[in-house]
Amino acid sequence: MKFGHLLRLACAATVAAALAGTAQADDKVVKIGAIFPMTGNAASAGIHAKYAIEVALDIINNAHPELADLPLAKNAGLAGLGGAKVEVVFADNQGSPATGQNQALRLITEEKVVALVGAYQSGITLTASAIAEKYGIPFLTPESVAANLTERGFKWFFRTTPIATDFVGVYYDFLMGMKAQGAKVDTVALVHDNTEYGTSVAGTLAAGFKEKGLTILDIGYVSNATDVQSQVLQLKEKKPDVVLMISYTSDAILFAKTMQAQDYKPPLLLADDAGYSDPSFLKAVGKLSQGAFNRSAWSVGPPGSPSAIIADMYKKKSGDEMDDTAGRDMQGFFVLVDAIDRAGSTEPAKIQAALKATDLKPSQLMMGYKGVKFDEKGQNILASAVIIQLQDDGATYLTVWPKTNAVKPPALPYKGW
Amino acid sequence: MSFVIVQVIVGGLLLGAVYALFSSGLTLVWGMMNIVNFAHGDFVMLGMYAAFVVFTLFGVGPLGGVPFATLLLAAIGVVVYFALIRDIMKGPMLAQILGTFGLALLLRYSVFWWFGADFLSLPQNIVGGTLAFWGLRIEAARLLAGIVALLVTLGLHLLLTRTALGSRMLAVAEDPTAAQLMGIRPDSMQAIAWAIAAGATGLAGALIATFFYIVPTVGETLGIVAFVTVSLGGFGSVPGALVAGLLIGVIEQLSGYLIGAVYKDIVVYGLFLSFLWFRPQGLMGKNS
Repeated sequence: MKFGHLLRLACAATVAAALAGTAQADDKVVKIGAIFPMTGNAASAGIHAKYAIEVALDIINNAHPELADLPLAKNAGLAGLGGAKVEVVFADNQGSPATGQNQALRLITEEKVVALVGAYQSGITLTASAIAEKYGIPFLTPESVAANLTERGFKWFFRTTPIATDFVGVYYDFLMGMKAQGAKVDTVALVHDNTEYGTSVAGTLAAGFKEKGLTILDIGYVSNATDVQSQVLQLKEKKPDVVLMISYTSDAILFAKTMQAQDYKPPLLLADDAGYSDPSFLKAVGKLSQGAFNRSAWSVGPPGSPSAIIADMYKKKSGDEMDDTAGRDMQGFFVLVDAIDRAGSTEPAKIQAALKATDLKPSQLMMGYKGVKFDEKGQNILASAVIIQLQDDGATYLTVWPKTNAVKPPALPYKGW
Repeated sequence: MSFVIVQVIVGGLLLGAVYALFSSGLTLVWGMMNIVNFAHGDFVMLGMYAAFVVFTLFGVGPLGGVPFATLLLAAIGVVVYFALIRDIMKGPMLAQILGTFGLALLLRYSVFWWFGADFLSLPQNIVGGTLAFWGLRIEAARLLAGIVALLVTLGLHLLLTRTALGSRMLAVAEDPTAAQLMGIRPDSMQAIAWAIAAGATGLAGALIATFFYIVPTVGETLGIVAFVTVSLGGFGSVPGALVAGLLIGVIEQLSGYLIGAVYKDIVVYGLFLSFLWFRPQGLMGKNS
């Protein structure tokens, strides 16, 4: 069969050319895997994370002299690897720890990524990073806050965001500050879902607060609830001084709507980021949640400052204002790529060593951390956060605490609608 | 303490009515044609988006949204019947399950692609706000949904039991071959059943959109409750779906309030399983 023979030759030639092509591309591209929820109820957060990383890629791969203080912005590509470009392979964790784990496996073994970043939901970061640990690939989480992620004795896991144990201090200091202004803060209701995030953050905060003498009321619920009236009625009945919401977007929206329906306004409402930072939440029920406090490490500086330039770039790409979670995603990604640049190599062990040696100063960051330096558990010990408050337009958060960072003083009591 | 319980129960009844509302279509289709429609929750989701589109384009609330969503979904139901269901019904159970499951994913991710992942919402008080009387607080939107649930249940029940069309549909459900011999076209009856069932989901979705968030995955969240409601109520029994829905709503709310929200699913599904153990045909299903 002459034609068949010819066809086989043609196929072989194409494959050979393609392989040669890939081999060439390998030298010039650094592949990083990003696992985020692109579908499922947390998809809004995942898609905003993708935008944030895409803006970061633009800054890294192209020359941006106006952001000169940020490592990697000045030149196009990675100077430490001869101008190599960074490419990100996004994978959808579908909101499931098992899927996140499979995606991590696929990215490592098939896409051959040199490092991983992700995965938003702490429960999924838990499983995905376990795979990375097994294969000796660095895994950096920019935003998962469950305390136990850095308590596993892992050698390849790094985290740039402040975590639940940091927030005990931040929240307590804030509540004491409000107490000095006349608010009552003795009972704190922790409203949390039953995922890794909700359970561990609530547990950490409860333990920390109890130690400092506050009374805790635990209101747990099943995530992706169809109805939260019982929980709101419990809050209405028990009348805590502070309601601390630890919820993803869908449940946060339901709580906001139900609180309005039941005419319940806690004297002070503090949110642990997550749902309350999601632009979707603000668009849907921001007007019902005026005066809600939240934590953040992101604030926009004066025009011309790096944060203002980045805020602009993000707005152009996504159509939304940068929120704290997307900001943390971007910062974590920058830290990871900076380590690869300093390592001057894509070998996992060299990247791991470079990450361990990270010592970034506040001026080199776009987030408001005190710096980036990892301890032996992989946690950034210089991570920090401030308290922001949702303004009356239901769309803008402004820094209100501590006084040194505050743009406006905090307004009490909680306004709601 | 005791008065809050009344609010909890009232909330449970309203929630249960919502469950019944979007389950009525499913029991019709499942009972009549033995088709497990995994895309049921996603039909409701389409109804919600239809209501949102009507609001965005014309500024009209449920008065415009509900008829539009009902008719749109009824049309989609007919299309789905002729394009997919009629053929997979001839195949094994696995084909039916996978077919409707695939349809669910197709609908869900088409909406994802078109509308994006953001949570959408109709304005909070598009249906009157919250009514406060006798110390209770009842959302007008949920009350409307509850009343409509009762009317829809009554309407469907009367349709099936008192009209000629209903008798023909039930005949096809019982024995398609005998029905054919009597001059009834099974194809037409089943298409009509799908249209009615899908229309009911469109109506449910448009009403639920007045107080729930709208997102492509909402079908997943609500869908599983529909299956439990229909199983408990008895396949094919529209009044059964109403009673089951109300029961599940009240039990869910009471256990959430008295024991704790994380346990409410255990209570609901525990009771559900024990009930089915004693009476597998459900509350009002026929003895098989």
